[in-house]
Amino acid sequence: MDVGQMRRQWMDYIKSMFEERFLDGQFLQLQQLQDENNPEFVFEVVSLFFDDSERILKDLSFALEQQSVDFKKVDAHVHQFKGSSASIGAQGVKNACIAFRNFCEEQNIDACRRCLLQVKQEYFVVKNKLETLLRLEQQIVAAGGSIPIMELGF
Amino acid sequence: MASASSSSSSTNWIMESGEIPHVLAVDDSLIDRKLVEKLLRNSSCRVTTAENGLRALELLGLTNGEHSTLNGRSKVNLIITDYCMPGMTGYELLKKIKESSVMREVPVVIMSSENIPTRINKCLEEGAEMFMLKPLKESDVRELTCQLMNLGR
Repeated sequence: MDVGQMRRQWMDYIKSMFEERFLDGQFLQLQQLQDENNPEFVFEVVSLFFDDSERILKDLSFALEQQSVDFKKVDAHVHQFKGSSASIGAQGVKNACIAFRNFCEEQNIDACRRCLLQVKQEYFVVKNKLETLLRLEQQIVAAGGSIPIMELGF
Repeated sequence: MASASSSSSSTNWIMESGEIPHVLAVDDSLIDRKLVEKLLRNSSCRVTTAENGLRALELLGLTNGEHSTLNGRSKVNLIITDYCMPGMTGYELLKKIKESSVMREVPVVIMSSENIPTRINKCLEEGAEMFMLKPLKESDVRELTCQLMNLGR
């Protein structure tokens, strides 16, 4: 595959992530922040997001397994997850967190457990896709190409 | 022209032309700290980050009545803080800053992921310069630093 083909593949992939609402415009903000001073910026932020998310998911699972669930704690974790997913543009995860918080407020344990599954699912899918996207970026750069500038409204 | 009084607290926020703004960014989220730092750096600011209100107060020299550790040689021109933080909230931090005779003139901007009018009004009433919705965008930060550079003219 030549660089041109790789760039087109990258564009198609990221477009589909937007169309399928895995990502929103905030992700483009991240791409725009990446420059020669910080060529790995997106990779670094996304990596932080992965580490952070996995920690939060562990804490959430633990909190919801308790005999007596502390909904305030659960809500605090979900609030954090909502924030970090919003910051990187992981729209699917963010929306799942919003729904989750509503059930925390209702103190509905079964709904919360279902939400956790939903959030996990959203997270692992977007994680997979982001890893694929970043791998494509690495290949483009390694072949001497540059990552296309995406604007919303494509 | 009034005679310059370089030790007066009212000159804390007036930027000299050509001076690079020094911003203190406070947020408990590592991801958000990294983001806001990059956004500010892209707008030609020098950035110091703090992960909570206590650490911010330490950096500003407001914890035990000593002279400011930051403002001694590299004064802070703007403080931008998240609202929702464990321990001390951004609102509580804002209050402490406005209570200080040394730091009260430094503009404080509050950020939050939640658009709650009562929260916004509370912060503005306490003296916050501005309230910004997270996640921050480049255009938000550019406008903010533009305004900062224009303060005092």
